[in-house]
Amino acid sequence: MPEFEPVLLANIGKTDSHRRSVYESGGGYQALRTMLKDKSAEDVTNLVKESGLRGRGGAGFPTGVKWTFLPKDHPGPIYMCINADESEPGTFNNRILMEDDPHQVIEGAIISCYATRATTAYLYLRYEYPLAYQRLQQAIDECYEAGYLGKNILGSEFSLDMYLHRGAAAYICGEETGLIESLEGKRAWPRIKPPFPAVEGVFHKPTVVNNIETLACVTHIAARGADWFKSIGVPPDPSNPRDPGSFGPKLYCLSGHINKPGCYEAPLGLTCRELIDDFGGGVWKGRKGKAAIPGGISMGLLTEAEFDTPLDFAGPGKVGCLGLGTAAVVVLDDTVSIVDFLHNSCRFFAHESCGQCTPCREGTSWSLRMLERIKAGRGRLKDLDLLLEIGDTIGIMPGTTICGLADGAAWPIKNAVRKFRDEFEDYIKRTNPDGWMVTEPVEALEATGIH
Amino acid sequence: MADSSRILTDEMVAEIKAFFPRYPSRQAVTLPALHIVNEHLRHVPMQAVVEVAELLKLHPAQVQDTLTFYGFFKQDAPCGKKRVWVCRSISCALRGGEEVLSAMCEKAGIHPGETTEDGRLTLEAAECLGACEQAPCMLAGNDLVGNMTTESGQEYVATLD
Repeated sequence: MPEFEPVLLANIGKTDSHRRSVYESGGGYQALRTMLKDKSAEDVTNLVKESGLRGRGGAGFPTGVKWTFLPKDHPGPIYMCINADESEPGTFNNRILMEDDPHQVIEGAIISCYATRATTAYLYLRYEYPLAYQRLQQAIDECYEAGYLGKNILGSEFSLDMYLHRGAAAYICGEETGLIESLEGKRAWPRIKPPFPAVEGVFHKPTVVNNIETLACVTHIAARGADWFKSIGVPPDPSNPRDPGSFGPKLYCLSGHINKPGCYEAPLGLTCRELIDDFGGGVWKGRKGKAAIPGGISMGLLTEAEFDTPLDFAGPGKVGCLGLGTAAVVVLDDTVSIVDFLHNSCRFFAHESCGQCTPCREGTSWSLRMLERIKAGRGRLKDLDLLLEIGDTIGIMPGTTICGLADGAAWPIKNAVRKFRDEFEDYIKRTNPDGWMVTEPVEALEATGIH
Repeated sequence: MADSSRILTDEMVAEIKAFFPRYPSRQAVTLPALHIVNEHLRHVPMQAVVEVAELLKLHPAQVQDTLTFYGFFKQDAPCGKKRVWVCRSISCALRGGEEVLSAMCEKAGIHPGETTEDGRLTLEAAECLGACEQAPCMLAGNDLVGNMTTESGQEYVATLD
């Protein structure tokens, strides 16, 4: 395999990397010119389909295939929603792209709109990214000046408007139909699917929702071709006919107890241990790793013994995690109490559950209350079974909720309790010597961490 | 403006109306409008909700419904001049984020979610601010402050204008 050359982070670190002139001096917007001049919308869709690009937002759905779900010959308008509501704990790769190389993202967005015949793009940006807001607005203004946005882009028949839309600090807006509801000015309650957004999305029109890094990948696929993209990463597992493979470069976020936290670009399929040791300089303070979140907190936990798991779309699932997610690795060293970890996770999801589906609203809230009680030294062994019961019954996989937030809440519970059960039992017995064996209902503690 | 009981200034109304051409529906201007009011008043009082609804041709209840979904918009009293969010999610918590928040609260003499009596500072716990490589971090107004310690947090509170 040839030496890997980073493309997504290639401009990061250059002076004024966020300005159009710097981006253009490195060949920026040439791919857009070529696509508009030489390729039809179908050609571009087919190119992205052939590349095997899978969405980088967490679900990993093949991007080109998603585009083909749009109705054929629709009179329009078709909308593009760019999902920049990056809120998954541990994840910051999209922030880096938007702050330091926004034109790379916008070029990919314009090409993707051309392919999908979208005429208006809304970039839904989380409120917590004020610098990204400023840089993106400047980049969009620069694009209108240069004729990359607006009417008849670069003299073609294609016209596109792009607007920034700021969120208001709600995790659920990263769920694509929650995002659509929020964009429409409503509470961000995810929609029941079908209909999928491609058929009926924002303002009752066909809508494509794509992640920031996904669109940045489209830029490079347009510039370098599908074969280049497929030369990087992991081909499909021949024993699994449903595996579309994990192609292309990926931005890995690394944080927590690590010597060199940061955002690193590598071919999909890098192992968690390689990321920690080769990129992150190892676990901090000379300590050993205890566990790691493989791709944002929703994905669950890898134990230290599972650190050789490849971080591609199929890897984390093989050791009981939910999936690759956002490829954001958070390292826990061997001094971390697993009770504290799970308490933090449960508090996050209890706070961010949108409250629409009862199993999620109640399940996340009660799991936090139980963790508060365990942490306070009043836990019982039975609580572990109750936690697992919640974990096994909330989410779209057991079929009890509308969206996947609850699956994300469930996975850290299931992984932590099943992979570290001994530690939980020891903690409960040690801190509650008189009550750990009680199985009768007990009073809940006041939940302090929800709001 | 002639009617003195109105809260939205002409300037705010003009800013809100500038968003109308961007969307095929007026309701989609709800969040931008709430942000505009919040930027000016540091909260969104009920009277502002009524006036925003009027502009967007909605019932006040529709705007209020959206507003209350986002804990972001305060309604009863303005936020402090500086609104500070200290991250408590996992990457920051692993590197002392909760201790930073506690130390800052102690220095300011308030609990998380409260505003100092002089109205200078509102301190809130935040979920992941997306700056985990700089953990523990906080967002102070528009400024991201990373690699914090309890000392640097307290110093921030002590030296705030």
